[in-house]
This record gives sequence, structure tokens and C-alpha cells, in this order.
Amino acid sequence: MQDFAQSFYLAGQLLISGDPELGEVVALSLRVTASALAISALIGLPLGALLAVARFQGRTALTVLANALMGLPPVVVGLTVYMLLSNAGPLGVLQLLYTPTAMIIAQSILITPIIIALTRQVIADLNAEYSETFRSLVVPGHTAIIALLWDARFSILTVLLAGFGRAIAEVGAVMIVGGNINHVTRVMTTAIALETSRGELALALALGMVLLLIALSVNGAVSLLKGVDRSTAHA
Amino acid sequence: MTFLKSMIAGALAFGLAAGANVMGAAADEFIVVQSTTSTQNSGLLDEILPKFQDKTGIEVRVVAVGTGQALKNAANGDGDVLLVHAKPSEEKFIADGNGVERFDVMYNDFVIVGPKNDPAGIKGMTDAPAAMAKIASSGALFASRGDDSGTHKKEKALWKMASVNPDEASGTWYRETGSGMGATLNAAAGMGAYTMSDRATWLAFQNKADLAVLTQGDDRLFNQYGVILVNPEKHPSVKAEAGQTFIDWLTGPEGQKGIASFQVNGEQLFFPNATSSVSN
Repeated sequence: MQDFAQSFYLAGQLLISGDPELGEVVALSLRVTASALAISALIGLPLGALLAVARFQGRTALTVLANALMGLPPVVVGLTVYMLLSNAGPLGVLQLLYTPTAMIIAQSILITPIIIALTRQVIADLNAEYSETFRSLVVPGHTAIIALLWDARFSILTVLLAGFGRAIAEVGAVMIVGGNINHVTRVMTTAIALETSRGELALALALGMVLLLIALSVNGAVSLLKGVDRSTAHA
Repeated sequence: MTFLKSMIAGALAFGLAAGANVMGAAADEFIVVQSTTSTQNSGLLDEILPKFQDKTGIEVRVVAVGTGQALKNAANGDGDVLLVHAKPSEEKFIADGNGVERFDVMYNDFVIVGPKNDPAGIKGMTDAPAAMAKIASSGALFASRGDDSGTHKKEKALWKMASVNPDEASGTWYRETGSGMGATLNAAAGMGAYTMSDRATWLAFQNKADLAVLTQGDDRLFNQYGVILVNPEKHPSVKAEAGQTFIDWLTGPEGQKGIASFQVNGEQLFFPNATSSVSN
């Protein structure tokens, strides 16, 4: 298999040459996934924390549901969003199908359950430690949730990275709702799928390596941020 | 708290920027063309669409899927123009009121490819159904699209002519990949199977491995592409004027010339044969 060697070579060439088309595709991948992550975090962090701290009927059922939805197949999410946004669907008037916004919606649906489920677990563990203190100091619920989220911030970052990883790597949903339109909705994963179907296996794998490198950079940057925060906290 | 705040602010700014960008893009004039993988994978559309955009300022956004899915998407009103290759289905699409009128655009042909050592012995045959019957009786692997695409519909028609019912053999020598032409060619290359491909995808395909064209030249392997404007009366969101401009261009002298001059490795992939004024 000289394809592997050729892929490494191509990946290096793509990165060094600063191919503008590749830049465009990478930028869209990051834009879509970062937007989806922001939306999912806004919804998922408070909901996950609430699920961990609040006591109400049906809490266990909701927890099980959130956990189960972590396994949502991207292609099913894509199909559902397609049927909603299609001109024949209820939200067709918005004219969002085949736009990056549609891709952001699909990825948000895909990763919100992950953020909720993992946040709930992280906060529940921490709350077991803190609940006594909160009760003795009569801390109101929302203050407790904010304190818990803040103290768990490093674990929460890992939760967000899990969501990021799932979103940036999926192809099934964005392919259906985005349509893999050149210069409009083509992202890394759909570009890889396209090159594979063209039989350009070495190029497809090279794009995969670039995607992996992006994921590494994001994780590396977050790891650095953690380090900076820790050192300032101790200063 | 500043750390978390700046993270959230950054993410929000990103999201807002994304939203603003989308709004900006929507202001330009564009049409969505539901098409087949063969027109995109071969590189034809990349070659001719910029010429159309330069002339008219209309951007063409291509969603390349199998003909079956393209027809379904267009029937939902998700697209302005349909460019596919399954004439009976296209005529049904119009009869159902989903399309305005069908025009021929171009043609090429299908080829039967297989491993070079040719276990079924079909090399050089020009009778496609006979060759397929031979593959079936030899028990050699055959990779089918199995995705209701134009190519798959054609393949099924040929099996019928060969009086073979491959569905009974599904999972044994008859392997339905349920995916696009490129993926099916990859599968055929991987397992040393025969398969049927449109010539354009085959010629532009880069992972031929041990595969070669074995049967070709049968009139029944003819592959006609047609273009249809999605019916704006049924689907009000259809950009009828821009869509019609594209159809007129594609079936007119400039589009036809662009199609004729498109080559891969010195070979012409599509042959223009538009009948602009007559519907058929």
C-alpha cells in the first residue's frame, strides 16, 4: 500500500502550499462545529447541571433519555432536519436547507444530548461532595449550580471537547442537510467522502490527516488554556 | 470567571459571525441543481458551471446524489433544476406535476467492468444482457449500486433482459452496496467483482486497481441525461426564471460546446445532444 506514504506526502503538501480551497473547507468546518458547540453548551450545560442537582419526578427517566440520545445516529438526525427544513416540510419557508445554518442545527441536535449527559454526571459527582456545605450555608439553587459548573470547569472543558469531536467528525448529518455544495456547504468530512467516491483515496486520507491535525490543535489549545488558568489560580 | 466568560463570548461571536455570513450569502442570486454523482465526480460540472456564472451572474449550487434521491428531493421542492439520467422516472416526475418539461442534454454509455482475469469470460462481448447472464451463471461476484439510482435502474432493466433475477442471489454473488457509483467501484475493486458504471465516472475514477472495461458498445447501454425545471406552480419557492436561464444555457450552443470540450485524460466523457425546442 503505497497509498499511505502518498497520503502523508499529500497532506504535507496541502498544509505547506496553503491551498485556498482547503482553507475555505477547514474554516467552514470549524465555523459550523464551533457554532453548534456554542448552542449546545448554552442549552446543555444548565440543563445537565439542573438534572444533577434538582430533585423532581421523572429525573431518572430524563437522565436515561439523555444518555441514550448520545448514541443518536448522525444520518437519522440529518434526515429529520432535512424533513423539517425541506420545502415540503413545516419549516420550509425559512429556506435554510443546503446552508451552513442547517448544518449547525443538525450538529447542535447531535451533540446537545452528549453535553447534557456528561455535564450531569460531572456535576452530580461534585454535588455529592458539596451538597452538605450548600445546605448548611443555605445557598440558593441557581447560585449552587453556577458554583458547581465553575468548580467543575476543567471537566466541563473535556465535556465540550467530546461534543466538539463528535460534531467535527460526523458526515452523515451535514451531507444530507448541507448537500456538500462546493464553496457553500462543503466541510472536511464531506470533502473526504467526495474524494473517496472519486477513487482519490490518497487525497481523501490526506484530508483525513488534516482533520486530525485540526482536532489535535484544538485539544492542544484547550490544554494550554487549562495550564494558564491553573497557574494564575495558584499565583 | 473571566476564563469561562471569554470562552463563551468567543463561541458566541463565532456563532453570530456564522449567522451573519449565511445571511450575506443568501442575498446573491443562486439556484440549486439536484444532480447525479456522475456529473460531479467526473468533474464536468466544475468545468462548465463557472462559464455559466461568468455570463449570467447566477451561482449554481449542485447537490450531487443518486438519481432516485435527486428526484425525491426535487419532488419535495428542494431544488430548482433537476439534471439526472433515468428517462422513465423523469417522465413520471413530470406526469406527477413536479416538473415543467424535460429536455435532452447529453449522453454517454454504460460499461461493464470487472477484474482483468475475467473469471466469467465476458471480455470483448458486445451483448450486455448476455454478458450479465454469463456473470450470473458463473457465480462471479457482481457489485450492484442497489440504491435506486439511474445506473441501478438501468442495471435492473438489463438483468430483466437477461432473464436473471439477481435479488434471489443477493448476499451471495450479487452484492448490493447501497451507495454511489464511486463507492461501488471502490467495493468492486476491493473484492474483485464485476459492476456496471457510467463511462464518465469510470474514466475519471482513480482507484481502478485490477478493474478494466470488459463489455461495451451495446446500444442498450445508452445513457441519456435530461434536464427539468421543477414546477414553480407546485413549488412556489422555485426560482423559475434563473432555473430556466440555466436550462436554456445548458441546452444552448454555449453549454453544449462546454460539454463537448470536457475531457479527462484526452477522452470525451459526455456527448451533447440537446433538443432545446422539442420536449420528448
